[in-house]
Amino acid sequence: MTVDENLAQISNITLYGGMTAYLFSFIAYACDLAEGGKEIRSREQRRQAHASVGGTATLEKPASARRRRAAAVGTSLFVLATLLHLASVITRGVSVHRVPWGNMFEFALTGTLVVAVGYLVAVLRAHKAGLGGGRDARYLGTFVTGPILATLGIALRTFYVEAAQLVPALDSYWLIIHVFVAILATALSTLGFSATVLQLVQEKRDRVKAAGKRAGGVFMDALPGSVELERTAFRLNAVAFVMWTFTLIAGAVWAQVAWNRYWNWDSKEVWTFVIWVVYAAYLHARATRGWDGRRAAWLSVLGFACMLFNYLVVNIFFPGLHSYAGV
Amino acid sequence: MARTDETHLDDLRDEYADAENSSSGKGRRKRELASEMKPLEFLRYCWRQLTSMRTALFLLMLLAVAAVPGSTFPQENNDPSGVAQWEIDHPTAYPWVDRLQGFHVYSSVWFSAIYLLLFISLIGCVLPRVGVHWKSLRSRPPRTPARLNRLPEHREATVSVSPQEVLDAAHTVLRKRRFRSERRDGSLSAEKGHHRETGNLVFHLSLVGLLIAIASSSLFSYSGQRLVTVGGTTVGTTFDSFTGGTWTTIDDVPPFTLSLDSMDVSFEENQTSQIGQPRTFAAHVTLTDEPGAESRTETIAVNHPAKVGHTQISLSGNGYAPVLVVRDGQGNVVQDGPTAFLPQSANYDSTGVVKVPDAVDANGEAVQLGIRGVFLPTASSNADGTPVSSFPDALNPVLVANVWTGDLGLDDGVAQNVYTLDTTQMTQVVGDDGQAVALTMAPGDTVELPNGLGSVEFVGVERFASFDIRYTPGQTAALVFALLASAGLIASLFLPRRRVWVKAHSLDGATRVEVAGLARGNDAGLAEEVDGVLARLRESLGESVDEDPASSPPPPAVGDHEQPAHAPEEKP
Repeated sequence: MTVDENLAQISNITLYGGMTAYLFSFIAYACDLAEGGKEIRSREQRRQAHASVGGTATLEKPASARRRRAAAVGTSLFVLATLLHLASVITRGVSVHRVPWGNMFEFALTGTLVVAVGYLVAVLRAHKAGLGGGRDARYLGTFVTGPILATLGIALRTFYVEAAQLVPALDSYWLIIHVFVAILATALSTLGFSATVLQLVQEKRDRVKAAGKRAGGVFMDALPGSVELERTAFRLNAVAFVMWTFTLIAGAVWAQVAWNRYWNWDSKEVWTFVIWVVYAAYLHARATRGWDGRRAAWLSVLGFACMLFNYLVVNIFFPGLHSYAGV
Repeated sequence: MARTDETHLDDLRDEYADAENSSSGKGRRKRELASEMKPLEFLRYCWRQLTSMRTALFLLMLLAVAAVPGSTFPQENNDPSGVAQWEIDHPTAYPWVDRLQGFHVYSSVWFSAIYLLLFISLIGCVLPRVGVHWKSLRSRPPRTPARLNRLPEHREATVSVSPQEVLDAAHTVLRKRRFRSERRDGSLSAEKGHHRETGNLVFHLSLVGLLIAIASSSLFSYSGQRLVTVGGTTVGTTFDSFTGGTWTTIDDVPPFTLSLDSMDVSFEENQTSQIGQPRTFAAHVTLTDEPGAESRTETIAVNHPAKVGHTQISLSGNGYAPVLVVRDGQGNVVQDGPTAFLPQSANYDSTGVVKVPDAVDANGEAVQLGIRGVFLPTASSNADGTPVSSFPDALNPVLVANVWTGDLGLDDGVAQNVYTLDTTQMTQVVGDDGQAVALTMAPGDTVELPNGLGSVEFVGVERFASFDIRYTPGQTAALVFALLASAGLIASLFLPRRRVWVKAHSLDGATRVEVAGLARGNDAGLAEEVDGVLARLRESLGESVDEDPASSPPPPAVGDHEQPAHAPEEKP
């Protein structure tokens, strides 16, 4: 089977288009956050003005229920970007007659698509559940488009390889299962990580506020509180943990077929295990008094850091059977 | 996941009123407490500490940290040559890392100690909970609260049928929704999601099973490696290297016969950026399970192993075996056949050695010859003129070799590496010009050696395959336990624990129905559940119910994220 190089070219062009759309979506979402901050600040000023003249307080719309034109533009652009991204992934796959996750570049390409689709699903579900009550998931927009753009940029710059057939070692249907579950797990933990970072920022601001000081980053007031963010992060990380467990099991089954043993502490196996244990510690920490909340959140951040390390460092610099040093 | 510090403390709490305090991290106080204890009490104290959630968490993090050195140092089990190289590169650090068992981390004392303590802690925590859970599975759903409208989810409706009929219908509806439902006077009490805890226990106990499965495989497993050239045959009693388990030896390998009939190997030739990337590795073999059995042909490829009984044979490597014919000074053929050269690079620059122990020179005197060479499947010149292979397929095969005479060291009985030439007692053959003889041969070439040592003919080149023959008992058990653990994990993370109560009482000739729900921890789906129960109830009663829109209370205050420690429900 030969590689359809025309189609591979189309895949690259649609990816550039998608990245451009992501970039504008990122800008629109950032504007939305800035507007949210401005609105909250002006509302506070009005409230103070009211209080000083002793007038009756008018009912204010909550920040999340306001019309968010910039967020709407951001989401429309995001949908466009995701469609182009999807087209890029599909054409890449068709051009090489296989699933589009046979090397690190394709892993990043497909992984970010899963992140994008996961974000859109979250937005849709939140929309269905009603826009009021701070359930609008678009607050994550900036923190999703940012990492997607960064990942695609790094992947194009550092890991890019031309569309090609698989080497025999990867030519197995276990590639479809093992790597796809790993992509899902990585994508979900990325979303979970975004929510965790926001949670930690909100908690920090809560503490500053509790101390009677003014917390910076007023736009964060437009976002849900740390408790809701924690819950969102937990749900994402819990699903990601299950996916990671399946990645591990599927990997072991494939290793049994490909290398004749299911577990041999290859450096990638070591790090998959380390990530699993760290996320397990996170889940346990949530159920331990004195460890819930901020400390558990830091554990999940550590878990995500290990995941990045596993992808960026172990693949390239550690000798082992998962080596992609040739990228 | 829902492991708390409290569950296993119950029986101890009476004796140590301040046990809670001591476990909340005040180290100094802890030590004082410990020193006043009698031995038995001290043991119980230690046990309690070991099985506490905090210790488990600490051990988990320690396990993650302890696993890391195994990826930064080469390990004996999967990279012995890496360890040898590390010793050469870091002569001062090596003995220290070795003393700290840094080259076999996963069987080291400290790593084993951590995971064994973790598993003891796990068992100590989980086993008592099995009993508690067993009891709670058989206990009745809780009493109906007096005022349902205080609960987070509450709906009211009016129907025309009698309260009795409403409750009967509600019972069926709740059963269908997987609730355990029970009649109390004038109300129904229902509960679901008990298997969240079942899942939790199954997950943890399956990990114990997994550990046992892995341990059992180290007792009964074995693995052997064997290199076979095309046309060659191997049997299950000879290996180039063999590692038995604690209770297995080479005699446990089934007496199979494997003949390598041919090899299919191909590399990318067309796509510019991928030139030389492997595309096919397949060994066509004839397998006979045991002497006298019928033989079968199989293709062993990467990702496609063959099986003899429960023993799995996989293709672990391939390379070239140049066929050399060596004639000695008297014209006797003293060497004829393929010799495997081990590939050293992606383009298969391969090194190897041919040892000729029984030759005579032109004068009839016994002489030993050693030929050390580099085989280049597609020879070309490097920038500095050194020969190098530029493509992995045999498009322009060339053998470059030196010849040595003297003592090969085969006679002193010490096992020798067949791929290296020990030249300590040998001298390099020098030509008439005083230069060391360097043979550079293409297939078909014959070179006469100086000093009447005979000749070397490079007949052609064969391929070889390396096979990994391995038996891993307990792998099915390991898989089953891993899948069980996953199922338990899913249940323990995603099964919601919910309670629903239905009340019905007569009011002005009609019946007033109340449905209320309570979840353990935070549960976004609770409102939907209560609505669903009411909707199904309405359907089964076959009448439209006027729901009182004002009966839904405002959503619960945000602030109670799922926190099993706050809801020690399973305690009697």
